[in-house]
Amino acid sequence: MSEHAAAAHPRLQHHFDSLEQQKEASVLGMWTFLVTEIMFFGGLFLVYTVYRVMYPDSFAVASRELNIFLGLINTIVLIGSSFTMAMGVHSAALGRKRGTALWLIVTALLGLVFLGVKVGEYQEKFEHHLVPGTHFAPDHIPVEHHRGAEAYFSLYFAMTGLHATHMIIGIPMLLWLAAMAYRGRFSRAYSTPVEMFGLYWHFVDIIWIFLFPLLYLIDPSRHH
Amino acid sequence: MSEHGPSLKTYVAVFVALLLLTMATYTAAYMDFGSHSLNVLVALGIAVMKATLVILFFMHVKYNERLVSVFVVAGFAWLALLIVGTLHDYWTRGWLG
Amino acid sequence: MSSTATAPSAAPAVPPREHYLNVNFGVKSWLLTTDHKRIALLYLATITVMFALGGAFAVAIRLELLTPPGDFVQSETYNKLFTMHGVIMVFFFLIPSVPAVLGNFLLPLMLGAKDLAFPRLNLASWYIFVVGAAFTVWAILTGGLDTGWTFYAPYSTVASNSNVVAAGLGIFITGFSSILTGVNFIVTTHKMRAPGLTWFRLPLFVWAHYATSIIMILGTPVIAVTVLMVAVERIAHLGFFDPRLGGDPILFQHLFWFYSHPAVYIMILPSMGVISELVACFSRKRVFGYSFVAMSSLAIAIIGFFVWGHHMFVSGQSTYAGMVFSFLSYLVAIPSAIKVFNWTATLYKGSVAWDTPMLYAFGFIGLFTIGGLTGLFLAALGLDVHVHDTYFVVAHFHYIMVGGVLMGYLGGLHFWWPKITGRMYNEGLAKLAALIIFVGFNLTFFPQFILGYLGMPRRYHMYPEEFQVLNVMSSAGASILGIGYLIPLLYLTWSMRYGRIAPANPWGARGLEWQVPSPPTTYNFDQVPHVQEEAYDYATARKEPAHV
Repeated sequence: MSEHAAAAHPRLQHHFDSLEQQKEASVLGMWTFLVTEIMFFGGLFLVYTVYRVMYPDSFAVASRELNIFLGLINTIVLIGSSFTMAMGVHSAALGRKRGTALWLIVTALLGLVFLGVKVGEYQEKFEHHLVPGTHFAPDHIPVEHHRGAEAYFSLYFAMTGLHATHMIIGIPMLLWLAAMAYRGRFSRAYSTPVEMFGLYWHFVDIIWIFLFPLLYLIDPSRHH
Repeated sequence: MSEHGPSLKTYVAVFVALLLLTMATYTAAYMDFGSHSLNVLVALGIAVMKATLVILFFMHVKYNERLVSVFVVAGFAWLALLIVGTLHDYWTRGWLG
Repeated sequence: MSSTATAPSAAPAVPPREHYLNVNFGVKSWLLTTDHKRIALLYLATITVMFALGGAFAVAIRLELLTPPGDFVQSETYNKLFTMHGVIMVFFFLIPSVPAVLGNFLLPLMLGAKDLAFPRLNLASWYIFVVGAAFTVWAILTGGLDTGWTFYAPYSTVASNSNVVAAGLGIFITGFSSILTGVNFIVTTHKMRAPGLTWFRLPLFVWAHYATSIIMILGTPVIAVTVLMVAVERIAHLGFFDPRLGGDPILFQHLFWFYSHPAVYIMILPSMGVISELVACFSRKRVFGYSFVAMSSLAIAIIGFFVWGHHMFVSGQSTYAGMVFSFLSYLVAIPSAIKVFNWTATLYKGSVAWDTPMLYAFGFIGLFTIGGLTGLFLAALGLDVHVHDTYFVVAHFHYIMVGGVLMGYLGGLHFWWPKITGRMYNEGLAKLAALIIFVGFNLTFFPQFILGYLGMPRRYHMYPEEFQVLNVMSSAGASILGIGYLIPLLYLTWSMRYGRIAPANPWGARGLEWQVPSPPTTYNFDQVPHVQEEAYDYATARKEPAHV
């Protein structure tokens, strides 16, 4: 058997026969996990759908409280971070140490920019009494839309909050991966951790790709 | 290495496409397509296109084995099931008795 | 060629054979293990403790229900008793039992692999399980939960004064244990089958666990996010389900049951996988309609996601949706029925042996059939209006969960005990215990069908006088059942030290797990097995002693 013929690659785990099998297993495993993430966020998307169908006008009115420009900036920032992440994976697969680390750090920085903007947005919501609960007192929203608006803002905070949590978890991992890359832990034969994290990061980007139009762009110019 | 990923050119092209589609979403939101539902359809349609580009190219699904695509499709199909299955209760509330 | 053969019977003093249990000792070697077999035993210990805890609550419930007035505990306390019984049994016993113990132990062996795809994730899944269980136990000790295991909104989000958030957190955490197990099983089955082991040569146990894992992946996240929403609504007053905040309580039920109905298939499918193995071995016959049984596991997993509204017929859901869910619920019964027919057909002209595992298999087939048929009663809209939230429902699901899942678990535990521990248990005691469990079970739960049909509601601690006889029968049955459960605990534990040494294949069964020594070595196979036969190749069995 080939297991004893040549020294196995140091990163090949004992229960796999080849790096290729191990890599395919990792990819499949990561995607299986991402499927759970689809269903996890999906529950919130369901609640959003039900309440938007129930309170279509209130949702439109409430969404105009959001700063579309900031949402657009954040969308571009996140798409940019997806690009830099993809560059990081590409670089790691070529065995580059410095390049990979740099791309991953830039990705983390873009993630921090996103979160920074989010903090600013949340602050604004607090100041304008748009947080659901006992202190919900929206100034610009007519009374007949308060119920739907409160449902909208519950969803706004829950969905962007859950999304932000995923980014907060991801950023330290990016820095850790950057450090590992700098130390030469990845090579042409083995860059799986970077790729697997890349899948996670891209997924978080995809969530935002849907959140942006659903939360920010319902009916900005009051056509309906 | 068994997997061939996208080329550098492809990555950049996808990135540019994503930016363009983002601008399209933003612009379309201010346009009047007649009914509100059409606006929603356009917005979601563009989002699906963006997500597809990210999945196929940035996430390498185009270059993976077919089984991965099956998993991806299954995940989104199940989300659709959750949403449609629940909505069909609300949609049919007045229908019988 | 360095195969470690089983110790020869009449050789001079040989050093004890090294296997996964004695390869190293000490707490660290267990708590830091990545060996799927040791992890299975870690799970075995933990879920046995949780079963005892859940059982303790059942004892309290049946004590209260001996007499019509609510005189044993106050209603608020009683609400906590049935809630904790349900939460612990569902999330901390029924869902993990077969997959985490038998699935973890057997899957790599049955596939001819050295371990699962992600051994460290496997260990992590156990730790996550323990943390989730600890949280929930803490929630119990510091006030308990009184919402029912279904924690419906708005009671759970607004009105309940019990530890909703803590218990919810425990369940949320434990969900990840389920998810990681599902990831491991799916990837391992796809990627680590031995050469020659095509999908349609796999043991049906593997098919069952693959189907179960699909449900774990697609369903568990939904209950996770629902628990999160309940916690967030309770703490931060975000309005998801509270009508005063614009929310809809029925939306909670949709989200809850989207997972919780498929969850019952997470519980039953693995046990069905066990039954397929038992029926084949103890009839000395290939399972009749193998591919139908395999496909029916997948069908149950998938169609099981289409029927959740049958828990909501009287909730305010639309009548039309009720009809759709009712129709689909009848559909999901078909693959289950196919399995029962095929197991029965396997027995026909088989060479049936009455060893303990087979006793449990017979029990399963009969009791699951009753449980399943009564499920069809409940799936009929008109009848459900009458029996919803009565003891009829309670009896129905206990027939499946205890008469089905638990019997499958015990049958499997006995069947693979020699492989897991290298020891045989006392067959006489085991048969006696199986009989006591069967009698105790039926005495406990059959009266409940009648009680429910006569109108006794569930979750009430007091009831009209005329229901007392049936309730006393049920409580008497429960005490017999409890004794029945204690007996295996004793003789199985005893056997680990003093039982007869088991050979590699005491039952003369087919399957890769029986071709390695009992117990197996840490890495299972010295050489990668090459599979050339179909599953359950009993007809062309080599001459091998059937029993030692």
